[in-house]
Amino acid sequence: MSNIKKLTSKRLFLPIFCMILVMMVNIVYDVANGNFALNFFTISIRNGVLYGRLIDVLNRGSEVAILAIGMTLVVSASAGTDISVGSVMSLSACMCCMLLAGYGVSSTNDLAVPLIVGILGGLAIACVCGTFNGFLVAYLGVQPMVATLILYSAARAIGLLLCNNLIVYVRNDAYKIFGSYLGFIPTPIVIAAICILIMALLLKFTALGLYVQSVGINKKASRIAGLNSSRIILICYIICGLCAGIAGIVSSSRIYSADSNNIGLNYEMDAILAVALGGNSLGGGKFSLAGSIIGAYTIQAITTTMYAMGVSTSVAPVFKAIIVIIIVAIQAPPFREYLRKRSVQRATVAKGVH
Amino acid sequence: MKRKKMNSNTLLLFITIALFVVMYAAGCIIYGSKGFSHFQTFLNLLITNSGLLCVAAGMTCVMLTGGIDISVGALIAMDCMFLAVGIDRWGWNSIVLCVLVLVIGLVFGSVMGFLVGYLQIQPFIVSMAGMFFARGMTAVISTDQVSISSGLFKTIASIKIYMPFNIGAYTNSKGVLQVPYIRVHVLIALVVLVVIFLMLRYTKFGRSLYAVGGNEVSATMMGLDVKKTKMKAYMLSSFLCSIGGICYCMNTLTGSVQQATGLEMDAISSAVIGGTLLTGGVGNVIGSFFGVLINGTISTLVKTNGKLLSSWSNIAVAALLCFFIVLQSVFALIKARRK
Repeated sequence: MSNIKKLTSKRLFLPIFCMILVMMVNIVYDVANGNFALNFFTISIRNGVLYGRLIDVLNRGSEVAILAIGMTLVVSASAGTDISVGSVMSLSACMCCMLLAGYGVSSTNDLAVPLIVGILGGLAIACVCGTFNGFLVAYLGVQPMVATLILYSAARAIGLLLCNNLIVYVRNDAYKIFGSYLGFIPTPIVIAAICILIMALLLKFTALGLYVQSVGINKKASRIAGLNSSRIILICYIICGLCAGIAGIVSSSRIYSADSNNIGLNYEMDAILAVALGGNSLGGGKFSLAGSIIGAYTIQAITTTMYAMGVSTSVAPVFKAIIVIIIVAIQAPPFREYLRKRSVQRATVAKGVH
Repeated sequence: MKRKKMNSNTLLLFITIALFVVMYAAGCIIYGSKGFSHFQTFLNLLITNSGLLCVAAGMTCVMLTGGIDISVGALIAMDCMFLAVGIDRWGWNSIVLCVLVLVIGLVFGSVMGFLVGYLQIQPFIVSMAGMFFARGMTAVISTDQVSISSGLFKTIASIKIYMPFNIGAYTNSKGVLQVPYIRVHVLIALVVLVVIFLMLRYTKFGRSLYAVGGNEVSATMMGLDVKKTKMKAYMLSSFLCSIGGICYCMNTLTGSVQQATGLEMDAISSAVIGGTLLTGGVGNVIGSFFGVLINGTISTLVKTNGKLLSSWSNIAVAALLCFFIVLQSVFALIKARRK
């Protein structure tokens, strides 16, 4: 009993538990359908590239994982969520494709400017968006959700303006590579891995993580202790914007176009969910990057599993909603309190019998 | 001194109203030749936004408690789809369907309210799950675009209520007298607004919404049931949203999965432009009413221009939102400094 308790009180217990649960469902489903039981985990090489459901989860989940990095910091430092990431993804993709194709061109095979300029342009505008959000939150004390609401509605529209209301296609192999394969590994996986690695190293070897947590726990106290709280919040938002920019470029490279209305649609929801699933409190303070990343891939695993089971794209949100509510309700303090009281009650009853 | 103290919130409301008047007057002057200055244009604003008016009223109530409800857009889509499929495919009675829609709204709201109030889960997460659920259920009912082609519902929706005494009537180019009209759903929305306004002002529940949003701890100490109040706020929001759904459906007479996407953000931005604080405790339905009108005016202006891309209206609303948010925070800073 005490062992189980020790296990369940671990920070990463919930996200890992959810992940395992999803995999179990997959195994049961495969067995029930008379397929090979470990169908979910089989990785093979087809046409010279890695193939398998697990690879698919890792590949498709890259964007959410990248977003989850920035979102974790934002949630931790400012006790609020950045709901503009989906729109910023779209804006950065539009900026990038607009630069690469030239303004007003709807389809191109050749790049108008070097690839690196387009990419940097996309990332730069994403950083500007992050700075804007961060400035409002950190220096003007606006609630994060309201502050990011501005860009939530504006960024997509600005992207449309940049693309002159067109869907810009960049049919160039150099640009396509971010969404396709690097050797035999899907490139998004590599990009996500690099982002996660950089962030993990930053957290491990600098005091950034500590600062962010202390600002998240108490902004005033951190300032009195000598931290520039506002600047740290600003930095978190810039990182979040940058992550959204990277995710946007990956997302647009997959379809080698900038479809302003559809890139990053509802991704902010998935990113926030990933943070919540990772066992991080949405009220700010302590965070676990690993939890968020596992949460991101869990969400993708749920989605992929549902598609594999033949649930249609538009009906899938129903199940997602139910899963989310169950997971968050389990985490809710009053529910835990109730369970604890019950177990204490049971213990006293058992004692009485003896 | 006392006058100044109560001013900062009323001042915001005045700025909102003044902005609407200025914007509308500017529209009348610039696009007067395109028929912007007719009284009917103003009434059309109400007709197209009647659903949003109801939703914004509900949103204001939730935001007063310091929460947020982003499920409204999806809930409206679900209501419209239910109504459309119910009337057109199943051939059910319109009134029974409307009552069912309202009951669904209440149940939906009470589940969300329970999760927010009693389980203390973040309102954003709960209503986001609600959004996914409602949008998904819309697809479960039907994935087609269904339009209401007959029945009592359509008859009621197509009634034109002409202005008495020919107020604002004009003769068009063919020499026919055009009397401005409104539709039934505008009346519904206006009644909802008045009821919510009175409720917030004069009833115990209305005042407790302000109290809970202002400071939860002191509200508890005053003897208010904070959890119950929060739950009721979400029930009210979803209920008003269902009324809004009926209004919306009366306006569009269709149901489709992608309907009313982003409506929740329109409602929130209307409330914020109208002076409601997301931290809770401050706000007014009148402000939200003008917020909706400003939203509508901007998109009408962009549409009347005809040359501008529709994304300009999004950008304009966002810029306005930014302006008001900065204004609010500046006022808050001044207030804090004075203390």
